[in-house]
Amino acid sequence: MSKLPSFAAFGNDLYTGKRSYNFVGKAKLWFIIAAAAVLLSIAIPVAKGGFNLGIEFRGGSEFTVSNVSNTDVSGGEKAVAEVAGTADPKVTNIAPGTMRIQTEKLSDDQTIEVKESLADTYGVSQDEVTSTFIGPTWGSDVSRQALVGLVVFVALAAVLMALYFRTWKMSVAAVVGLLVVMVVTAGVYALSGFEVTPSAIIGFLTVLSYSLYDTVVVFDKVRENTKDLDKRTKRTFAEEVNLAVNQTLVRSINTSVVAVLPVASILFIGALLLGAGTLKDLSLALFVGIILGTIATIYIAAPLYAWLRRNEPDIRKQAKRVAERRASEAKGSTAVSA
Amino acid sequence: MPRTGPGSAAKKTLLWLGVIFAALALLLGGGSMWSNASWTPKLALDLEGGTQMILAPEVQGGDSEITTEQLDQAVEIIRQRVDGSGVSEAEISTQSNRNVVVSLPGVPDPETRELIQASANMEFRPVLAGGGGQGAAVTDPTPAEQLPTPSAEPTDASDTNWISPELQTQFETTDCLNPDTIANAEQAPADQPMVACEPGTAGKYILGPVEVPGVDISTASFGMAQGNNGVSTNQWAVNIEFNGEGTDKFRSVTERLFAFPQGDPRNQFAIVLDGQIISAPTVNAVITDGKPQITGNFTQESSEALSEQLKYGALPISFEIQSEQQVSATLGSDQLKMGIIAGLIGLALVAVYSLFQYRALGFVTIASLVVAGLLSYLAIAILGWSHNYRLSLAGVAGLIVAIGQTADSFIVYFERIRDELRDGRGLVSAVDNGWKRAKRTVLASKAVNILAAVVLYFVAVGNVRGFAFTLGLTAIADLIVVFMFTHPTMVLLARTKFFGDGHRFSGLDPSKLGAVPLYRGAGRLRNPSDVPAARGKNKGAAKEAERRMTIAERRLAEKQESMAGSGRSSEKDGE
Repeated sequence: MSKLPSFAAFGNDLYTGKRSYNFVGKAKLWFIIAAAAVLLSIAIPVAKGGFNLGIEFRGGSEFTVSNVSNTDVSGGEKAVAEVAGTADPKVTNIAPGTMRIQTEKLSDDQTIEVKESLADTYGVSQDEVTSTFIGPTWGSDVSRQALVGLVVFVALAAVLMALYFRTWKMSVAAVVGLLVVMVVTAGVYALSGFEVTPSAIIGFLTVLSYSLYDTVVVFDKVRENTKDLDKRTKRTFAEEVNLAVNQTLVRSINTSVVAVLPVASILFIGALLLGAGTLKDLSLALFVGIILGTIATIYIAAPLYAWLRRNEPDIRKQAKRVAERRASEAKGSTAVSA
Repeated sequence: MPRTGPGSAAKKTLLWLGVIFAALALLLGGGSMWSNASWTPKLALDLEGGTQMILAPEVQGGDSEITTEQLDQAVEIIRQRVDGSGVSEAEISTQSNRNVVVSLPGVPDPETRELIQASANMEFRPVLAGGGGQGAAVTDPTPAEQLPTPSAEPTDASDTNWISPELQTQFETTDCLNPDTIANAEQAPADQPMVACEPGTAGKYILGPVEVPGVDISTASFGMAQGNNGVSTNQWAVNIEFNGEGTDKFRSVTERLFAFPQGDPRNQFAIVLDGQIISAPTVNAVITDGKPQITGNFTQESSEALSEQLKYGALPISFEIQSEQQVSATLGSDQLKMGIIAGLIGLALVAVYSLFQYRALGFVTIASLVVAGLLSYLAIAILGWSHNYRLSLAGVAGLIVAIGQTADSFIVYFERIRDELRDGRGLVSAVDNGWKRAKRTVLASKAVNILAAVVLYFVAVGNVRGFAFTLGLTAIADLIVVFMFTHPTMVLLARTKFFGDGHRFSGLDPSKLGAVPLYRGAGRLRNPSDVPAARGKNKGAAKEAERRMTIAERRLAEKQESMAGSGRSSEKDGE
C-alpha cells in the first residue's frame, strides 16, 4: 500500500510516544517567551497611546452608503461640509461599492440633511444610506459590561474546573493560560491598529470561551494520564503531562483548523465584501484568539500545571521511583547487551 | 453476527431523535398554520432594516440609581407614547437592567424621536377655565380685538390674568377630539400657563403654572374609598401621598382652590402627564396631611391606571439616546446574504477538511453538522414565534463560529476511537470505550461553552446578546447531536463491513493507525516488543505496557475474540 506519510501516522507516533515534542520540559523557555509577549502587549498600546478605538468609544455619527458606483472620497466630504461645516468628516471606501462617512456628533436635523446630501452625491436612493449615531458613553458602557462578564466568567469557570478536575492547580494553570491569550490578543490589536469596536469585544469574549474549552479538553487527557500516578513508574509526572499534550496534539491541530476555517471565511467575506462592521471586527478577534488559545494551552497551561505540582511530595516520590527504575534498568540492559 | 444490545439501543436513540425533530417540526408547522409562526427565523433590525435606539434612562435630580421596577415603568411609558404616535410593530424592551432598547421599522420622524426621549413629566396645575366635554374646537373663534386683555400681572397661579388673548385663541381653536392633538401634546414651561386636553372626558382646559411637580409625590395607590365613619363607600379611589415639600405646597393649593365655589372651573386642579391631563378633580376640602384621595367615576382598572401614572410622576425619567442606528433595508439584506455565504463557505471548508482528515468518517461529521444546524434552525424559528427572538448579524456570526466548535466534539470523539484502535481494540469496542472517555471530555468542555454563553447573555449590552444566545443554543444542540446522532451512528457503522473491517478509506483503518491487536490469534497475547515505544533500550517500559493491560482489558479482548471470530485479527497479523 503506497501512501503519503499521513496525519494519522503522525498521530500514531505521538500517541505511542515514538515521536514526542518536549512541551513540558522546556517550560522555562515558553514562560520567558510568554512573559515577553505579555510585557510587549502591555508596552505597545502604552507606547502607541492606546488602541485605535472605534466610533462607539469616541461618539459621533456614522453613515454607510451602499451600492455606490463612484467611490470618490471628496464627494462625501463635500456633502458633509455643506450641511455641517465643522463636522470634520472621515470618508473611507470600506468595501467595493460601500462608503463609510464618520463625523462628529450631528443633530437630528443635520443627520437627515447629510443623509439626503449623501444620497444625492453618490446617486443612490436614501434607502441605501444607513446612519448611526453613537453617544460617547456607549462604547465604554459596552466595555465595562464586558469586563464584568470577563471577571464573572473566569471566576465561575475556575470554580467549575477546580471541581471537575479536583485540583485547583489545573484551574490556575488554565486561567493563567487564558490571561496570556487575552493580553496578547489585545496586544496584536494594538500593534496592528485594528479598530476596537463593541463587535471586536464580543469576539474577544468568545475567545475566552474557546480558549478555556480547548484547555479543558487537553487537561482531561492530562488527568487520565496522571491518574493512579503512584502505581506508575514508566514516566514522571511531567513526562505524563507532556505525553498527554502530545497525544492530543492531532486533536488540537484539527480543532483549531476546524474552528479557524469558518472564522476565516467570515473574516474574508466581512473584510472584502462588507468592509468594517460586525462580521469583520468579530472574526478578527476570534481569528487571532483561537490560534493563540490553542498555542497557549500547549505551551503555557500544560507546562504550568506540571510546574505547579513539581514540588508535591507524592510527585517527588514518584519521580524518584522512576529515576531508580531507570537507573537499575540501565545497568541491567548494559549487562545483557554486553 | 447476531444483533446485539448496543446496536438496537443505538437505533432506539436515533428513533428518539427523529421523534424530537418531528415534534419540533409539528410545533412550528402547527404554529404557522394556526398562529403567527413562520418557517423562517425572525430577523433583527440590522438584517431587516429599521431603526434601533438604545436609551439610557436618567432620573432628574435626586439619586441616580434606577431600579428594575422603575425601568419597567419607563418602558411602559415609552410604549404608550410610541403606540400613541401610531408607529406599529415597535419593540421596546429593557436590556441588562440598565438600558431601554427601542426598535422601530423604517425611520422615525423627528416628533416620534422627541416623544421617545422626553421625560415623563408630571405636574399639578390649577385650572383657570374650561372643563370636561368641551373638547371640540370652536368653529368661529372670538376675533382678536374682542378678546379681553388681562388687567394686571397675575398674582397667584389661579389668577385669570394669566389668560392672554393668544392663549384664549389657542384654547378656542384647539381640537381635543382629534387624536393627533393628544399625541402631539407638549408641556409648557413650569412658570407658564398652557392649554391642555383631558382625553378621558373629552375635556379642554386652560391651566395655570405648575404648583406641585410630580417629584413631590412619594407614592400612589388605589382602593375602595372610605366614608367619614371609616366604612367602605364601595367606590374606587386613588390615594396620593406627597412628601414633606409636596404636603406644604398641596395644602396652600387646596386652601386657595377650596375658596372658589363649586362649579367654578378654578375649583379644580389638573394632573398633567406629558402635556395631557390625566385627571382634573375638584377640591372638596383643604388637604393638610399631604394625603389627598381622588374619587369619581372610577372602575378598578381606571383607578389602578391612574395610580400607576401618578407613580411614574414620582420618577421623572428622561432618556438619553446612547446609540441610534438606522439600517437601510438594502444594507440589512446584503449583510444577511453575506453572512449566509460566509456560513456556507465555512461549512464547506470544514467538510473538506474533515473528509481529508477522517475520510469516510468525515461524512459522519458533515451529517452531524447538518443535523445540529437543522436543530438550531428549528429552535430559532420556534423561539422567534414564542419569545419574539430575532436573529441579528452577531447571532449569525455566532452560528458560523459554532460550526467549528460543534465539529470539535466529533474530533474529540474520533480521536478517542482512533486511540482505542491504536491500543489494539476492535472497532466495536473502540467505539464503546472511546465514547465513554470522549463523553466526559465533551460534557466538561461544553459546560465551559454554555457557561460563557450564559454569562455573556446576562451581562451583555447591545448585540452581544444575540451572539451569546446563538452560541449557547448551538452548544446545547451540539450536545444533543453528539449523544443522540453521532454516537448511535458510530455504533451502527462500527458493525458495517466497510468500517468494521477498517477499509482504508474509512478513516479507521487499524493498520494506518499503527494498531497492535490486543489478541493476535492462536492463543498469543500481544508481545511487548510489538509496542513501538518499547523497542530499543527501554525494556522496563515494555513490561509496564504489558502490565497496563488490566484484567478487564484481557477479558474484553477475549470477549471480542469470541464475538468477532479470530479471522480479522489474524489477517492483520499477517501484514
